[in-house]
Amino acid sequence: MQLLYENLEQTVAVILFGIGFTILLLQRNLIRKIIGLNIMDTAIYLFLASMGYISGRKAPIVVDGVTEVSAYINPIPAGLVLTGIVVSVSFTGILLALTVRLYRRYNTLDIDVIALLAKGEDA
Amino acid sequence: MSLVHNFPFFSILLCMVAGIFSSMLKKEAAKWVTLSVSLGVLVLSAFTLHLTLGLDDNYPFMMGHVPAPWGNEIRIGRLEALMATGVSAVLFLSLIAGFYHAPAFVSEQKTNLYCIMVDLALAAVLVLIYTNDLFTVYVFIEIMTIASCALVVVRQNGHTLVAITRYMIMHLFGSGLLLLGIAMLYGITGHLLMEPLGIAVRQLVLTGQYNGPLTVVIALITAGLAIKSAMFPFHGWAPDTYAFAPPLSSAILSGIISKAYIFVMIKFFYRVVGMELIISQQVHQFLFICGVAGMIIASVLAISQRDIRRMIAYSSVAQIGYVYMGLGMGNTAGVEAAVFQMLVHATVKSVLFLSTYELINVSGDRKRFRYLHGAGYRNVPAGIVFTFAAMSMVGIPFTGGFIVKLNLAISGMAFGGWVRALVLIALAMSTLLNAVYFLHTVVSIYRRPTQELVYPAVDPMPRYAAAAMLASLLLIVYLGVGSEPILQVIETGLKTFS
Repeated sequence: MQLLYENLEQTVAVILFGIGFTILLLQRNLIRKIIGLNIMDTAIYLFLASMGYISGRKAPIVVDGVTEVSAYINPIPAGLVLTGIVVSVSFTGILLALTVRLYRRYNTLDIDVIALLAKGEDA
Repeated sequence: MSLVHNFPFFSILLCMVAGIFSSMLKKEAAKWVTLSVSLGVLVLSAFTLHLTLGLDDNYPFMMGHVPAPWGNEIRIGRLEALMATGVSAVLFLSLIAGFYHAPAFVSEQKTNLYCIMVDLALAAVLVLIYTNDLFTVYVFIEIMTIASCALVVVRQNGHTLVAITRYMIMHLFGSGLLLLGIAMLYGITGHLLMEPLGIAVRQLVLTGQYNGPLTVVIALITAGLAIKSAMFPFHGWAPDTYAFAPPLSSAILSGIISKAYIFVMIKFFYRVVGMELIISQQVHQFLFICGVAGMIIASVLAISQRDIRRMIAYSSVAQIGYVYMGLGMGNTAGVEAAVFQMLVHATVKSVLFLSTYELINVSGDRKRFRYLHGAGYRNVPAGIVFTFAAMSMVGIPFTGGFIVKLNLAISGMAFGGWVRALVLIALAMSTLLNAVYFLHTVVSIYRRPTQELVYPAVDPMPRYAAAAMLASLLLIVYLGVGSEPILQVIETGLKTFS
């Protein structure tokens, strides 16, 4: 318990990840699925960003001529988070586009109903 | 460093640049560009293979100007070069055999986009084969997912939309697990490049630190990649996607793209965590059991299909089971057989999907078996190609499939007890089941139609497409007859992998 409290950000991140992927896998509504995906990805970014942050240090941009490593935080996790955000934005875009197409065709967002309707069509 | 040392980098760059330019070209020109890119990559990879065969070890190639522990790099060895050569050869032949029927599935203004996605998929596969950086792996896996989504959904009907939505959900779940795994691994080691990661992980194992997190990391990354490569029981997305996508896309997806994930997994096992840790954590047994179960259950499901393309899609899942069985044995011989199976399956499955399209096409676009009667006479080359590819699937001697089963059996014999028994029983059962559904299909395409069906006249398949399929056939026979040097390359390549 003490351990969980000491690593609060990581604990929260893993719980959020679990919530996200449960929504992604179990919800039948496509929009909710996409929200679940975003929660899941954001949880990982929280995880990464919290690992890169060291309290009391600054972002690694050299001002006032301070160049010791100990004055700055690790910039790589932030870079990874940025890359990850780009990826998840593009995936959200693609999934929303797919949802629009499915909705126009079947007038519902429920994936099970859509699958049933599609089964009735000719292959 | 000679010019050839740069070729892997050039081949990746070539695909990406071609992708960008394809968007501006006319559609015929874009097709030609894509075709020449795959040929170009084939030539470049063949040169790389020739170069690496002369080297004792693999060599790193710095991407950018920052050296190893900080910067990004790709690492080129003979196994990577062999895979790249195989993949680009399969893609080249599939494009020749499959591009001509793209207009039936891809609307005219989307042809350019289709070509871009093929280029992008090839670029991502090459990066996954060569890269030495785990975060690059994540990014390009996502790029590959986007490309394969577009390759499928370009065919505009309800089935592909539903199939691709399922596909995306499972794949995004898989990449979520993968990313979390990579983030945790970065958290406990502080590295993303595979060599420093490997050293750090071995250090952690020695000191006994972070034992729990390390197990979680291995489980997350393995599960993520297994979901993405359609390992049984995570194969739910595969049959519909393969069955309803345009045939060329099915060939690319199941032949080439699914192999890249497994290659990354092998690289992760060997280079990052080390096979000893995988064995001591029992991860290989999980893969072994899933592989064996997949070989048998997916084959049974394939028998119960009435639609020929769904049958082949299920057989894909079964064949991935072979790869995971080899990988799950955990010994070098098993992994060798798994890598060889990846090459064989890439060749066979792509040509199977393409020849099946021809058979369906001459049967009035109907996929049920009873309408396919006599299809082998209506399109003779496709019938021959399908028959031989099916023989390789069953494992008849002189085809690639036979060598795979032989090697799997031999590597299984190295064990005692239940592993040996399971390997032999699984191979025997799977061969039998394969024979049931593939030979049944072959018989039905050569059977005279019983009911008087009217088959609409279709344009005959172009000569070059038939030639490309026959060339794939020769490749299958070559993999069956001349497998010795290839197995040699895989064996020595795996040694330089760790």
